Amino acid sequence: MKTHVTTTINGATVEFLCQPRQSLLAVLRDELSLTGCKEGCNNGNCGACTVMLDGLPVDSCLVLAVEAEGAEIETVEGIAEQGHLHPLQQCFLEGAALQCGICTPGFLVTAKALLEKNPQPSEQEIRFGLAGNLCRCTGYDKIVRAVQAASQASPES
Amino acid sequence: MSTEVAPDTQTPATYKVIGTRPVRHDSADKVTGKAVYTDDLHVPNMVFGAFVRSPHAHARIVSIDTSDAEKMPGVLATCTSADLPDPWDKVDNLGEGCVNYAHLSGNVLARNKALYKGHAVAAVAATDSYLAQEAARRIRVEYEPLPATMCVQDAMRNDAPLLHDELITHTLDDKPARPSNIASHIQFEKGNVDEGFAAADVVIEREFKTATVHQGYIEPHVSVALWNEDGRLKIWTATQGSFVVRQQMAELLKMPVSQITIVPCEIGGGFGGKISVYEQPVAAVLSRKCGRPVKIMMQRDEVFEATGPTPASFMRVKLGATKDGKLTAGKAWLAFDAGAFPGGVIGPGAMCVFSCYDLPHATVDGFDVVLNKPKTQAYRAPGSTHVAFATECVIDELAERLKIDPIEFRLNNAAKEGTRRVDGPVYPRVGLVECLQAIQESDHWKTPLTGPNRGRGVACGFWFNCGLKSSVTANVNADGTVTLVEGSTDIGGTRTSIAMQLAETLGITAEDVIPQVVDTDSVGFTDVTGGSRTTFATGLAAHEAALDIQKQMVEQAAQIWECSPDEVTVADGVYQGNGKSLSFKALAVEADKVGIPIVGRGVVDPQCSTNAFAVNLVDVEVDPETGKVTILRFTVCQDAGKAIHPSYVEGQMQGGSAQGIGWALNEEYFYGDDGHMRNASFLDYRMPTCYDLPMIDTIIVEVANPDHPYGVRGVGEVPIVPPPPAIANAIYRATGVRFFELPMSPPTVWNAIKGQTTGE
Amino acid sequence: MIDFEYAAPTQLDEAIRLLAAAGDGTRILAGGTDIIVQLREGLRSADLVVDIKKISELTQLKLSGDKGLHLGASVSCRRIYDDQNIAASYPGLADAVRIIGGWQIQSRASVGGNLCNSSPAADAIPPLIAYSATAHIAGPGGKRMVPVEEFCTAPGHNILQQGELLVALTLPPQPSNAGSAYQRFIPRNEMDIAVAGAASWVQLDQSGERIEQARIALSAVAPTPVFAVDASEWLKGQVVSEEVFAEAGELAKRVASPIDDMRGTAEYRTHLVGVLTKRTLATACQRARK
Repeated sequence: MKTHVTTTINGATVEFLCQPRQSLLAVLRDELSLTGCKEGCNNGNCGACTVMLDGLPVDSCLVLAVEAEGAEIETVEGIAEQGHLHPLQQCFLEGAALQCGICTPGFLVTAKALLEKNPQPSEQEIRFGLAGNLCRCTGYDKIVRAVQAASQASPES
Repeated sequence: MSTEVAPDTQTPATYKVIGTRPVRHDSADKVTGKAVYTDDLHVPNMVFGAFVRSPHAHARIVSIDTSDAEKMPGVLATCTSADLPDPWDKVDNLGEGCVNYAHLSGNVLARNKALYKGHAVAAVAATDSYLAQEAARRIRVEYEPLPATMCVQDAMRNDAPLLHDELITHTLDDKPARPSNIASHIQFEKGNVDEGFAAADVVIEREFKTATVHQGYIEPHVSVALWNEDGRLKIWTATQGSFVVRQQMAELLKMPVSQITIVPCEIGGGFGGKISVYEQPVAAVLSRKCGRPVKIMMQRDEVFEATGPTPASFMRVKLGATKDGKLTAGKAWLAFDAGAFPGGVIGPGAMCVFSCYDLPHATVDGFDVVLNKPKTQAYRAPGSTHVAFATECVIDELAERLKIDPIEFRLNNAAKEGTRRVDGPVYPRVGLVECLQAIQESDHWKTPLTGPNRGRGVACGFWFNCGLKSSVTANVNADGTVTLVEGSTDIGGTRTSIAMQLAETLGITAEDVIPQVVDTDSVGFTDVTGGSRTTFATGLAAHEAALDIQKQMVEQAAQIWECSPDEVTVADGVYQGNGKSLSFKALAVEADKVGIPIVGRGVVDPQCSTNAFAVNLVDVEVDPETGKVTILRFTVCQDAGKAIHPSYVEGQMQGGSAQGIGWALNEEYFYGDDGHMRNASFLDYRMPTCYDLPMIDTIIVEVANPDHPYGVRGVGEVPIVPPPPAIANAIYRATGVRFFELPMSPPTVWNAIKGQTTGE
Repeated sequence: MIDFEYAAPTQLDEAIRLLAAAGDGTRILAGGTDIIVQLREGLRSADLVVDIKKISELTQLKLSGDKGLHLGASVSCRRIYDDQNIAASYPGLADAVRIIGGWQIQSRASVGGNLCNSSPAADAIPPLIAYSATAHIAGPGGKRMVPVEEFCTAPGHNILQQGELLVALTLPPQPSNAGSAYQRFIPRNEMDIAVAGAASWVQLDQSGERIEQARIALSAVAPTPVFAVDASEWLKGQVVSEEVFAEAGELAKRVASPIDDMRGTAEYRTHLVGVLTKRTLATACQRARK
């Protein structure tokens, strides 16, 4: 039996049908073709599937899609606006803060949430805030630096 | 400071593109979620596959009954080893190691026996993934459990349970009469080791153990296979080498390579673990049987339990030195676990064990041992990290015993041009000495470490880096840009580092090159993205293609300017002749109007190693009450030959260091007595998070590689090698306790400190 | 994973009716960070999943001077430490909710869920015990209150009966001379399950030199989180000092009966109880003096 869900994704109203057992990750990727969020572990330990749910970053593999009824969701696809990259995306790109890129969408979503909450985080605050996102390629150095660069570039500073 | 380029090692040539840091060509896709990885594909009419895996570490497969599963509505096909052709006993080189196809086939789907927990036994395809998983549970497999052997030393015993009844040790000695779990015995010898030790004033011998570790790429193994009615097979997959997947598929399925197309999607990390095939042949067979495209994606526990981690090891290393700090002899006895099938990474391990030093006398014995764990695979400088842990810890102890500074001791004995390695090769110009000197000159080394429970450690590492085959074509476009078509899958920015070499040679910008990674039908044979070879070898191919283009451009210019090609000169991308002058771009626009299309071609197969060395300097603090180690400061220095794109060279150095730190401190396969891995998740297999690491400072040394026009050496692998011994040496200085086992996890460190204070 | 029915009642009595009517295949969903993993990995199964996040009583988070902290069962970790007043009044609880998983987990995971999941290694339970928190339970037979230290009965098991639901947790108001802290030991610095954990709560006398009341609770060293009663009793009247903390740590070790597993040996875990008790007492006393 499928359930009808109405939700808002990246500012637009979206309706979908899903089975209660389907995760938000599965529905975003398989039903709605929003494949920017990635499946890395499917049990909340890698953060590759991070999306914003009602203003907070969550592992979308640990959310049932039916829970999204009435919720506001933002995904990596919604970070760039009107053909322009977000400063964080620009800093990731210029700072070589990605290698294979599979973890990048999750890092961007979490980092954006971090900077919105704390526009001038210290290095340790960045590292603590991003600890739920695993990257195996970069050693995190350039990711942390890209977030620092974005925090300096942000209009709040 | 994050990055220094040691000034006196810079190559004299000045470049316009090489050494700059352009934004990589694929990054906009990767920061917006648009880049297409294999699991992002939804091929029309696609169905989903799932595996049935052995719950036993070692068991005879008595029967497999798929009938219940096949009766379920929506289940379209099942598959067992009986659906794979009888394999042939043939060995091929896949670029980062060899494979025997009989073993590979038996690893893809177990024949007769399951050899490790998680070994694939059967598979099923169904209309949705939940149904496929449910159907997999309904496939009934009857097992007769057998005793398992889980550790190298146990597996080598005469009374150990045998995995393969016909496995006779491959050895230079007399062929053994009886089968065993020892697949091969490698031996190297240089000089006269007894004489060498006799000449030593100090001899130290230690035993070391390391645990099984995984590459830990974030993207699980995933493929989509479509076996068409015309007999053609197409596979979209996450692989380090599309051509070696094609080769493996052709051999396993006994079909011509020309019938198979491999489409490499973006790949979410590999580190050596995405070269062998696992799910690809099974997806293919299921597709053939059900007539629809089949996607198989592993779950994370399957990745840990059933792909190829890198081995656990047992090692004994003995080194002798004179009072004045000269190494006289070395002896190594190395046993690596190969996993369930022969062919682990003992070969490179045995070759690397003394690779950093000029040792006049040495012997190495290496053993490839099968046991009931997943078939091991390459992991970033495969084998070298294990042996560096052993050698570099003994070196450190020797230096201490001789009261010589650990860097000076290493400099005294460092391998350099003309040094012959114990396995035979003589080094051309290499940069270990320069790396050690750069560390001595670093701010880190010059800043004393103070405070209780703190220590500083140093260690060296080596990796060969390979050459192998690469092909590119490069098409000059009407607007003066160049489309670069290549077969090297891009895991860490190689589209750009290769394009930059083409741009440098042609005198155009990196942005004017459009690199494309294409499928196996669209470019010439290209070996794996592995062995730190891609920027070197595919870059070399791009350089050749650029020279080919340049030659054709000269001919076109001569035609346009009505002069002889000999009269056309090229400098810095400007073509001149007959009193006229045009930039590459302008000439390309003109040429497009008048001439035939310009297509460059580059094919290479360099046979050389590019010989990378790295040195780590690390400061740690140890919590004496818990045994937890905190990395306070970390510097990695590495000879890159020539850093094409310094940001991505640093990225390799930092990423490799982080993996080495994880290996040193916390990563391990934790096995229960039943041979089951207890920590097959990212929660309990503890890879470093960003909260566990400091910034990783990099020093790039550039001692040009004589075998590359721009001096490039491979950079990808060697940075994983020195961290475990550098950290062990640092912990020693913090605690007074030497460590001989990896990982140096908190309970291990606490136990050792406690043992020291209680005299245990 | 077999599919299941999903219900998201908005009224408490509706939820209780649903839970009472359903069989033992009913699972309660709060933050989902444990139950969804367990369902996916086949460790538990469900016919019906009841999402309790839409019930207003369960999402209430209220701090008051006379009543203390009212913590609805489905309130996320994030909401607790984002509230500066709550984090300042109940620092031991804030310590715990800041380190349960990463940020993504804390956005969803609830303290109530952490209690009901009843893992021996739960991070939020020791501070609840240390704070003398009370669990408010509703069921077909009405409401009842249970001290948190009596809630868990075995790994993954607790006193909730068929059809019962945890509605809220209440923590008593904190006098100005009280302080608390929670620490766990993990090999990484985040994203790990406790090898051992300890929460300490103290109330000092006016001088700040003597301990009037103390409560110590431990995790990951017994089948359930445990109240270290002897150590807590012994601390009453002791003068604040490193030696006293260390001695309390030794006493706390006596209630530890840990197992050997991949996260640590029994010996190591018992040792850590001493270290963590000592360290959390020091922090708790320091906070009590502020």
